Amino acid sequence: MNQEILKTSLYDFHQACGAKLVPFAGYAMPVQYPLGIVGEHNFVRSKAGIFDVSHMGQFSIIGDETVCKQLEQIVPIDLASLKLNQSKYSFLMNKDGGIDDDLIVTKVEEGINIVLNAACKHNDVLQIKSVFTKLAKFILHDELSLIAIQGPMAVSILDNFIHGVSDLKFMNGGSFVFKGQSVYVTRSGYTGEDGFEVSIANEIARNLCETLLTNSNVAMIGLGARDSLRLEAGLCLYGHDLNSKISPVEADLLFGIAKQRRETCDFIGGSVVKDHLSNGIKKKRVGIQPEGKIIAREHTKVFHEGKEVGEITSGGFGPSVETAVAMGYVNFDCSEVGTSLQLEVRGKQYPAKVCLLPFYKKSYAK
Amino acid sequence: MADVKYSKKHEWVLVEGDIGTVGITKYATEQLGDIVFAEIPDLGKNITSGSEAAVVESVKAASDVYTPVSGEVTESNAAIVTDPSLINKDPEGQGWFFKVKLSNPSELSLLMNKADYDKYVEENPS
Repeated sequence: MNQEILKTSLYDFHQACGAKLVPFAGYAMPVQYPLGIVGEHNFVRSKAGIFDVSHMGQFSIIGDETVCKQLEQIVPIDLASLKLNQSKYSFLMNKDGGIDDDLIVTKVEEGINIVLNAACKHNDVLQIKSVFTKLAKFILHDELSLIAIQGPMAVSILDNFIHGVSDLKFMNGGSFVFKGQSVYVTRSGYTGEDGFEVSIANEIARNLCETLLTNSNVAMIGLGARDSLRLEAGLCLYGHDLNSKISPVEADLLFGIAKQRRETCDFIGGSVVKDHLSNGIKKKRVGIQPEGKIIAREHTKVFHEGKEVGEITSGGFGPSVETAVAMGYVNFDCSEVGTSLQLEVRGKQYPAKVCLLPFYKKSYAK
Repeated sequence: MADVKYSKKHEWVLVEGDIGTVGITKYATEQLGDIVFAEIPDLGKNITSGSEAAVVESVKAASDVYTPVSGEVTESNAAIVTDPSLINKDPEGQGWFFKVKLSNPSELSLLMNKADYDKYVEENPS
């Protein structure tokens, strides 16, 4: 098997920017730049940051009107009601009602575009293909890079170079032009900020970054800050907060299932989801606010009145909220907001409370 | 004259009489990045050289701070608990961790001087 580390089209550029590169989902990815994780985090919250997310899978299904119905077997959204160029967050379901991946689906002229997690993408493609009985064309694009621009200044800066993107509404996309070449831009992101994701040919991805960086309110941002930004925004990281054994009900992500399909549950794993909806769940994902400064990271054990009731799945320091922040799964009877918990860190127990997510909230462009 | 010694685990100890002040080196803070949490030892605690005596956490990860000298903790720096960024700003000054009444001053001979430590860091990049 080929174990060679993969590189995105921006690999050389990251090195030129002074990035510290680490292996992530098989790719050499920038974890931070000279600005540092907290500096990068705050930069995105106040200005605009560029993220190379080209390791993620950009997958297209091209075909006739039956594409939607076929995909709906495994992705529990209502594709028929999705407007052209509209995006929806959803899941790739498995037969046990678990989440094999979380993803963003966008309806385009030719069919459907899906953005998949890097570590899951090859298996996802196999799973998706397996439910298609009618012929369609499947493309996992390795000729495209994916560049996210996030932060309150992202809209005005990006619109200077890709005219018209400021007209996009949140979770909508469209085809635009950058330096004479076609790009597909969606207004979306993973930071809790307004922002965009630009799907762009590998050859001009670096040019886009360099062009945006001519504005001093733009900086390159690594995976370290991406993680603290998404955690403050209460967003899940697949493989940590979500996995193949956790249902969307347990993950408290019902919005990823179309409303009427929560009734019918007519998708792979639907019987488990239906059972979770009608008979309840044993564990649930919640926000967890440590009361002091203690940082509770992934795998920290969670207790309630002396009994172990769960585990932290993401935890760290939130630079914008200036406290420790965490999320994790606890027994359902401990999941109510305000419930007192204890977190076991280095053998000692520290007080915490179940809290509402997100820790940090900003409004998106509706 | 005050004497500063360095350990291979990137701690420094400033010796004044029989008291050693311990902290982590500038190099260590650069490797850790932004420090957001510090835990210091209780007063009166007896600690042994090479053992975990304090904790420091950056955004990325938690790390133990090992004491390079043995003895009883006589003072801990509460200022770094309140403002952990002091450790990044002034690692070998205001960012000190704790003071130890040295029980075995001969341990100091096992530590490096500044020039040797700088050379060690250069030859063993982490």
